[in-house]
Amino acid sequence: MSTAGAPVASVPAPSTRAAFLGLLTRDVFVTGRELGSFLAQVLLQPIFLLFVFGRVLGDLGYVQGDFDQVLLPGVIAFTGFLTALQNTALPLVIDFSYTKEIEDRLLAPLPTSLVAVEKIVFATARGLVAAVAMFPLGVLILGSVSLTWSAVPLVALGLLLGCLVGAALGLVLGTLVTASKINVVFAVVLTPLLFTGSTQFPWTRLDGLRWFQVVCAANPLTYASELVRGQMAPQVEAIPSWVCVAALVGFLVLLVAVGIRGFGRRAVD
Amino acid sequence: MTGPATDSPATTAAATGGRGSAVEVRDLVKRYPKRPDNAVDGVGFAVATGEIFGLLGPNGAGKTTTIGVLTTRVAPTSGQALVGGVDVVRDPVRARSVLAVVPQRPNLDRSLDARQNLLFHAAYHGMGRAERARRADELLERMGLADRGRDKVDGYSGGMAQRLLIARALMHRPTVLFLDEPSTGLDPQARLFVWDEVRALREAGTTVVVTTHDMEEAAQISDRVGIMDHGRLLALDTPGALTRAMPGEATLDLGVDLPGRVDRGELLTALGDLDGVRRVEEVAGEAEVDLRLRLYVDTAAARVLGPAAEVVERAGGRLGTVALGEPTLEDVFISLTGRELR
Repeated sequence: MSTAGAPVASVPAPSTRAAFLGLLTRDVFVTGRELGSFLAQVLLQPIFLLFVFGRVLGDLGYVQGDFDQVLLPGVIAFTGFLTALQNTALPLVIDFSYTKEIEDRLLAPLPTSLVAVEKIVFATARGLVAAVAMFPLGVLILGSVSLTWSAVPLVALGLLLGCLVGAALGLVLGTLVTASKINVVFAVVLTPLLFTGSTQFPWTRLDGLRWFQVVCAANPLTYASELVRGQMAPQVEAIPSWVCVAALVGFLVLLVAVGIRGFGRRAVD
Repeated sequence: MTGPATDSPATTAAATGGRGSAVEVRDLVKRYPKRPDNAVDGVGFAVATGEIFGLLGPNGAGKTTTIGVLTTRVAPTSGQALVGGVDVVRDPVRARSVLAVVPQRPNLDRSLDARQNLLFHAAYHGMGRAERARRADELLERMGLADRGRDKVDGYSGGMAQRLLIARALMHRPTVLFLDEPSTGLDPQARLFVWDEVRALREAGTTVVVTTHDMEEAAQISDRVGIMDHGRLLALDTPGALTRAMPGEATLDLGVDLPGRVDRGELLTALGDLDGVRRVEEVAGEAEVDLRLRLYVDTAAARVLGPAAEVVERAGGRLGTVALGEPTLEDVFISLTGRELR
C-alpha cells in the first residue's frame, strides 16, 4: 500500500511499448475489417485521374505518347500522400471535437506525443497500402508500368517519406483546425496541394512559368512526385534525388514538430 | 464559514487513518489562458485509500478542472497533485496506469463492439491476452452485459453505456477511480446499480472520487465530501459533520396529547429553555394530536428529544408523534454557495 513518503516505487513503470502496440493493433484491427471500403475511398480518385488523363486523352491524341509514364509516378505519390494526410486529419478533428473517442487512448500509459506518433505511423501505413495498390492498377489502366528493380529502393523511400510528410501535415491540420472549419480548410488546402504537387507534370519543365514553379517548390508533394518519377521515368528530367530526400526530411521534421505540439495542446488543457 | 477550508496535515492524517493517501492535492491552481480568474484557486485535500470522496459544487466551481488535473488531462498552473503516490505532472504515464476515469459523456470506441472496447483498453495497459479476455467476460457478466458483449456500442442505451464505461475503467484494475457526474441522465435503476457498484469497489479497496450535483446521493454514498465554488474548497468533512455544523437548521417536531388542563404557554417556555433549543413554535397539522410543536435546535435533533419528552411528561402531556428534521447536505451546499443561477 502506498504512503505519501515513498510511494512511487510501489507503482511499477508501465510498458510504453505495449501501450503503443495496443494503439497500433486497434487501428489495424479496425481497418482490417473495412479494407474494401477503405480502398474504394482512397483509390477511386487516382484511378479516374489515371484513366482520363493517362488513357483517354492519350487515345484521343490530346497528349503525347509517354505522358502516361510521367503521370503515373505522380499519381502514385499523390495517392500515398493524400491518403496519409486524410487518415490523420479527419479522425483527429472528429475525435477532438465530437466523439472524444480518443480519450481512452490519451489515458493509456504512454506519453501523449506517442499517441500522435502512432497516428502518423498508422496513417503512413495506410498511405503506403494505397500507393502500392496503384501499381497493379497502373498496369491494368495504362497497359504497362516501367519500374526496374534498381529503381525500387528510391521509389520505396520516396513513397515512405511522402506518406510520412502527408500524415504529419494531416496531424497539423487535424489539431489546428476546428470541426466547424474543416470543410473549408479541406477544400482550400487539398485542391492546391493536388495541383501544385508536380503530380501531372515534371517540375523541371516549368522554367517558362517561373512563379508557378516557385509555388510548386513550396509543396512537399512535389519532392515525393519528383523522387518517384526520377526513378520510374528516368528519361524525364527530375529534381536530383538527394534534393528531394533532403526536402522531404526537412518538411517531415518541421511538420512533426508542429503537429505534436498541436496535438499536445488539444490533448492536455 | 469563513475562508476556504484547507486540509491541514493533522486532518489529512486523521482522514487517511494512517493508511496512506490515494489522492493528494496541494495548493492546486489552474488559470486558463485569457481568463481573468483562476478556475482552481489554491485547493488542497487528501483522499484515503479505499475511501469514497465526493466533490460537490455548482457548474463552473472547478470540480471538473480539479479532476482533469488528477487524471493528467489538465496541466496545473501551480501546486501539486498525486494519485496513488505518483505525481501526475512529473510522471503522467505512471499515474495513468493506476487511475481510471468514467467520463460524464460516453466516449466509447464506436468502431469496436462492447467486448472489444474492454479488450483494447486492457491491451493499452499492457495486460496479457488470456487475462484480458477473462477479465472482460467477468466484468461484462458483473455489469449485466454478458449477452450484449458482441453488440456495437452505437446501439447501447445511456445506462448500458455507463455500465460499459465502468467496466472499461475497471479492466486494468486501477487503484483510484474517478467518476464524473456518474448518474446524470440515468434512469433510477441504472443509478442504483452505479451506486451499488461504487460501494462494492470500496469494499474491494478501490478509492473512488466522484463529482456530482446530486446531494442526496452524495450524502448517502460518500465517506467525506468537499464542497467547491469559484475554484476554492469551501468545506471538507463527512456529510454528517457538515450537516451538524449547520446551526439552527435541525428541527424536532413533536405531536403532544394534552389530556388534562395544561398551560400551553408554560410548556412552550419550558421547551424553549432547553439546552440547544433556539426557539419553539406551534405549527398547524392534522388533528390527530392536540398540539403540534416545532423546535429549532442548534445540535442534532435527537439529542433534544429526551429532555423534551421529559418536559412534556412533567407538564402533564403525552408525546404522540415525533419527527426529526436534520439539515440536508443540500442545505449546507446552498448556504455555502448561494442561490444564484450559474
